[in-house]
Amino acid sequence: MKGMLDFYITQFKIELSSHFQYRFALLIRIIVLVIEPVIYLVVWTTVAEAHGGIVGGYTRGEFAAYYIAWMLVRQMTVSLGPSDVEDLIRSGELSAMLLRPVNPFHIFLASGPSAKVFTFLWLMPILAILVIVFRPTLSPALWEIATFAAALVMAYILRFVLLWAMQMAAFWITRASALTGMYFAAEFLLSGRLLPISMLPLWAQQIGNVLPFRWSFGFPLDVLLGRLTPLEVGLGFLIQVAWLLVGAFLIKVLWRAGLRRYSAVGG
Amino acid sequence: MSYLRLWWVHLRVGVMNELQYRVNFFVQLFNSLLSLGVGLAGWAIVFTYTETLGGWGRAELLAVMGIHILMGGLINTFIDPNMIRLMQEVRLGTLDYALVKPKDAQVLVSVRQTDFWQMVDVLIGLSVLMVALLQLKSQLGLWQTLAFGVALLLGGLMIYSVFLMLATWSFWFVRVGNILQIFRGIYEAGRWPVDIYPDWLRFGLTFLAPVAFAVTVPAQALTGRLTPLTLGGAALLAIGLLSLSRWFWNFGLRHYTGASA
Repeated sequence: MKGMLDFYITQFKIELSSHFQYRFALLIRIIVLVIEPVIYLVVWTTVAEAHGGIVGGYTRGEFAAYYIAWMLVRQMTVSLGPSDVEDLIRSGELSAMLLRPVNPFHIFLASGPSAKVFTFLWLMPILAILVIVFRPTLSPALWEIATFAAALVMAYILRFVLLWAMQMAAFWITRASALTGMYFAAEFLLSGRLLPISMLPLWAQQIGNVLPFRWSFGFPLDVLLGRLTPLEVGLGFLIQVAWLLVGAFLIKVLWRAGLRRYSAVGG
Repeated sequence: MSYLRLWWVHLRVGVMNELQYRVNFFVQLFNSLLSLGVGLAGWAIVFTYTETLGGWGRAELLAVMGIHILMGGLINTFIDPNMIRLMQEVRLGTLDYALVKPKDAQVLVSVRQTDFWQMVDVLIGLSVLMVALLQLKSQLGLWQTLAFGVALLLGGLMIYSVFLMLATWSFWFVRVGNILQIFRGIYEAGRWPVDIYPDWLRFGLTFLAPVAFAVTVPAQALTGRLTPLTLGGAALLAIGLLSLSRWFWNFGLRHYTGASA
């Protein structure tokens, strides 16, 4: 256990120092990150203004709050790319990683926290600017901020675990990224990324409640904006845990089966 | 004339090359349909809450989306692959092989690569546009169609110029591989007519990354919103950007020493 902790701490230090090398890449990331939610914000603000300043239960200021917090959640929950694991398996890079005494799953997961700390550092000033420009309405209670943070961490881990589990399909099929593509498409609509979940048609909301997407993105946002009752928040955490268990189980099973197949291919 | 032939030859080779990989067609089709589905869902949801968006109706916005997909397909087929290859070759030093050829280097680096299967998006974009036009039930006159074609061409030229300028940066900064991502991010904004955006963003979408001219202006042409003034402005800006990018390219080329030198 102590060895594992050491590993996570060392990986944290290595990754953190490497982030500071690429300032230009960071600038690009900032621009790309800011544009997407600003587009949605502008669209919904336009709609709201044409309908007496409120639409779908959100005022202009609340939309601003939603999409500014959106940036924080997006940056904090983003993890594996669409074909990270697939590339690893297809290119054979995995072989080298297997020689190390830690499961590659942990190598990837451990590289997360440092990236998040770094992200948090540069994101704060940008969010501050956006708050000035778009003047959001947001006044969360202290307990809401605390639960928001907890829900956010859970969302990050959940998304990582699910993506990892899914991308392990690359052990069996060569175009596993098609699977991830479908995941991202569904996530785009049902997670709260395009719009707050409460604005979806009712049937879509019900589907979204059962699927994991909402719980790995929109849930912390809804908590922060005070859209959920304490009961719903508790229920949300339970669903997060449930999906996490599903993901962990899948990884356990698929990893073992996949590795057997992988070594067979590599000869 | 000889440059047209040069382009044609490269195009043919590129297409033949891609025809070898037919599965890629299905992969592309799958991805395109997926993003079409997502786009349509977003469009439908917005219109459950309103009848117009910034003065654009349901079918009109569908037309905007069609043009957005269409133009995106054109960019990904003809412009993007060439610029990626250019930036790669600057890094590897293999650009020298293109530069020693007895033809204009800018033309050469702009026509070498064609990502043929991306044409799927052009077809999908056209289909969406057709459906939108049918819903609009508007009688398209000859002039409107012509103006649409001209606006689309001008928009494409502007986007090409911006891409070339972005890629030219690689002469100084070798690691700019993801600079094109900025463009892709900004291009997404073109899914909606640019008049809804706040001034600072609209300025960027008009002049820095001319998404406004590439998508919104052609859509204006089809929906009877285009003024001759806008079209004239587009022509001027296209000429301006083309010359600027040409100048910047030559300027950058003088700084290029080749990796082996």
